[in-house]
Amino acid sequence: MPQIGFLLQWVVKAMAVVLAITILNFFLIRLAPGDPAMVMAGEAGAADQQFLDRVRQDFGLDQPVVVQLWTYVKNVVTLDLGQSYRTGRPVTDMILERLPATLLLTGTAYLLALLVGPLLGALAAMRPRSIFDSLLMVVSLVFYATPIFWVGLLLILVFSVQLGWLPPFGMHSMIPVTGTAAQILDLARHLVLPAITLALFYIAVYVRLTRASMLETASLDYVKTARAKGLPEWRVASAHILRTALIPIITFAGLQAGHLVGGAIVVETVFAWPGIGRLAFDALFQRDYNLLLGVFLVSALMVVFFNMLTDLVLRIADPRIAGRA
Amino acid sequence: MHILRTMGLIGRVVAALLAVAFLGTAAHADPKQGGVLNSTLWPEPPGIVIGIHLNAPTLLPSSKIFEGLLTYDFQLAPQPMLAESWEVSPDGLTYTFKLRQNVKWHDGEDFTADDVVFSLTKFIPEVHPRSRPTFERAEVTAPDPYTVVVKLKEPYGPLIRSFDVISAPIVAKHIYDGSPIRENPSNRAPIGTGPFKFAEWRSGEYIHLVRNDDYWLEGRPYLDEIYYRFIPDSASRALALEMGQVQLATQNDIELVDVARLAAMPHLQVETKGWEWGAPISWLEMNLRRKPFDDVRFRKAVMFALDREFIRDNIFFGLATVPTGPIHSSSPFYTADVTTYEYDPDKARALLDEMGLTPGADGVRVEVGLLGLPYGELWDRLSQYIRQALGEVGVAVTIETADVAGWGSRISNWESDMSTTYLTTLSDPALGVARSYITENQQKGVLFTNTAGYSNPEVDRLFAQAANEPDEAKRRELYHQVQKILADDVALAWLVELQWPTIFSAKLKNVVRNGLGPNDNFAEAYFEE
Repeated sequence: MPQIGFLLQWVVKAMAVVLAITILNFFLIRLAPGDPAMVMAGEAGAADQQFLDRVRQDFGLDQPVVVQLWTYVKNVVTLDLGQSYRTGRPVTDMILERLPATLLLTGTAYLLALLVGPLLGALAAMRPRSIFDSLLMVVSLVFYATPIFWVGLLLILVFSVQLGWLPPFGMHSMIPVTGTAAQILDLARHLVLPAITLALFYIAVYVRLTRASMLETASLDYVKTARAKGLPEWRVASAHILRTALIPIITFAGLQAGHLVGGAIVVETVFAWPGIGRLAFDALFQRDYNLLLGVFLVSALMVVFFNMLTDLVLRIADPRIAGRA
Repeated sequence: MHILRTMGLIGRVVAALLAVAFLGTAAHADPKQGGVLNSTLWPEPPGIVIGIHLNAPTLLPSSKIFEGLLTYDFQLAPQPMLAESWEVSPDGLTYTFKLRQNVKWHDGEDFTADDVVFSLTKFIPEVHPRSRPTFERAEVTAPDPYTVVVKLKEPYGPLIRSFDVISAPIVAKHIYDGSPIRENPSNRAPIGTGPFKFAEWRSGEYIHLVRNDDYWLEGRPYLDEIYYRFIPDSASRALALEMGQVQLATQNDIELVDVARLAAMPHLQVETKGWEWGAPISWLEMNLRRKPFDDVRFRKAVMFALDREFIRDNIFFGLATVPTGPIHSSSPFYTADVTTYEYDPDKARALLDEMGLTPGADGVRVEVGLLGLPYGELWDRLSQYIRQALGEVGVAVTIETADVAGWGSRISNWESDMSTTYLTTLSDPALGVARSYITENQQKGVLFTNTAGYSNPEVDRLFAQAANEPDEAKRRELYHQVQKILADDVALAWLVELQWPTIFSAKLKNVVRNGLGPNDNFAEAYFEE
């Protein structure tokens, strides 16, 4: 029952947060100088007053901002995200077309990071200051500090240009493949480099986070007690240290999951991955207000949802959190 | 005399034989049917119906789907396309086009004069901001299904250069008539008459075109398919060309710094022709409403202070030429006989001294702002060079930055001191040049108008007269006068004429065939064995 109360409270809070974010975004993007009509005129290399007036009138940009906001919020409540100024297409369609690609890329990278990062971090923490630990720390620092686009280009140069093992960009082969199995394999081959590029950064973060968290926990009194009781080291590490040390990792994983939608712009750009991050990036520069607000809304919903999920998982991992609430 | 005539005859025969031999080698073996062309395209266009959208990435795929009545060669002379012949009356008021009779729309309907009348009188005036003024002055009728007559009230010189696929795309009346043009569902899957038909658009990935088997020109096109692939990162685009994943990139797809490296690769070649129709010129605009830019001596000082050959060689990596004035050197209306401004910082300093702008203790005579074109690193480097070069003569430049929307907003509202830009000057000065200089085109809030604020009644008169003059030779003379005045006045500081590189597989032939360059319909493009 307390969990249901917690859920209800959360839904109400989440709706308020999403509404506040929508309104804030609505005003924020209008603070930037220029409007969609200006960008469209710029792209066309041609404009006259009639053209600018027509664009502004078509999309209600000639109305007072408050009226525009009211219309927008009213439409969003009925799940109508409006039309893209630039393409004239429904924003929902445009987002849904691109969302699967991003979720596939970021989801794969996320799982990879979650599997590899904490494992390596834990191994390093069990042998602090060993050669393995030192080497891992250096490598993780390098991948943490190196810009993602640079890592991506290097991987392309090595694995696509030099070795010719993997395709350099895109989500599908230039020559369409037939058969479900062949198509899945083709997609997987295209996914390898961008997913690893994105995952390397997060693996580096998890390695360092897990190691630090485990070393800190290992120095606590109850761990000493466990050792004093004569428990074997693997049991101390897995049953006593890891569970407590997991808390910051779960928190970080939750935060990261919230950014699955928008967090891959750079990788999507380098690898020409047809995802939503790039869609948002372009929408920003094109002042495609509706499209941008739509992406922000989806992104906000994801963040709110994963924050809720993280809270729930944390309550299971550490019952003291539920007790405090 | 007899011997001379005989020698002359022999000479002509030899010349003819040589010409045949030359043509034999120039024209490759029979073009091969088939093949898939992969081209880069960036950014992903908002739509692919020319007219509704006019940005560069729209034009590349759209010009393969749609056609105009005419096209233009490298000298911008009209060539047949959907019209197989045409006549202009001696008074320059009536243009009669005879249309091809074997043309079908991609959905199988017949193409007729009604489609042309609809396109020129309904479609273009409603959606095409650039051609609206041209066709609003015309009365268009169809005396029979394959004849179109365009009548003017007064002669309009640029009209004959306004029938290409970009200025006047011909769309299907049966698709668009009677419903809002911008909301037509076929805009996402357009129906044209061109050599390639629309097949698929995968958002974020590619636009796919396939061969039009019923194309009006027998045996064309040669290519089976074209994919326009969206590759957002310029380094990735260069890699894709290098690896042969794509066989064509154009305009600013590839950073100019990479072009020489790619050109040296045996499997690639580079062509800089093909932008004669667009004729892009980059310039430094000075806001003539503000001091000290209102003083022609200051503007001349700026011209003397800038080493435009340095800009050409080091910022544009030689892919540019130095302009002499407002009209592109490839235009039939161009003259080089104008006041020129060689790099001479001492002359610049002397002019600034003459204005009373003497340097202070820090060497600074005056402080000005520069709003750079936000199109990437090349343009940032141009701004930095301008700051450095003007700084040498005591003009302290502060570089201001904005994104495209902010840049457009500030320029169009006359809110910058100086700004850099480039603009296509189009096939005729009346269409693409006059707009930046005539007084009546100072429209606050509208981009690509006379935003500098230049005003000269004599220039206004000459531009108006040249536009309405039917005789080409007289028009040339009038535009020569305009160029002299504008160069004397330094109405804008013209920096470079851009030569966008088209980089393509050495096996791909007939890529750049006319003044429309890669915006040609590619009916003749093919892959060599």
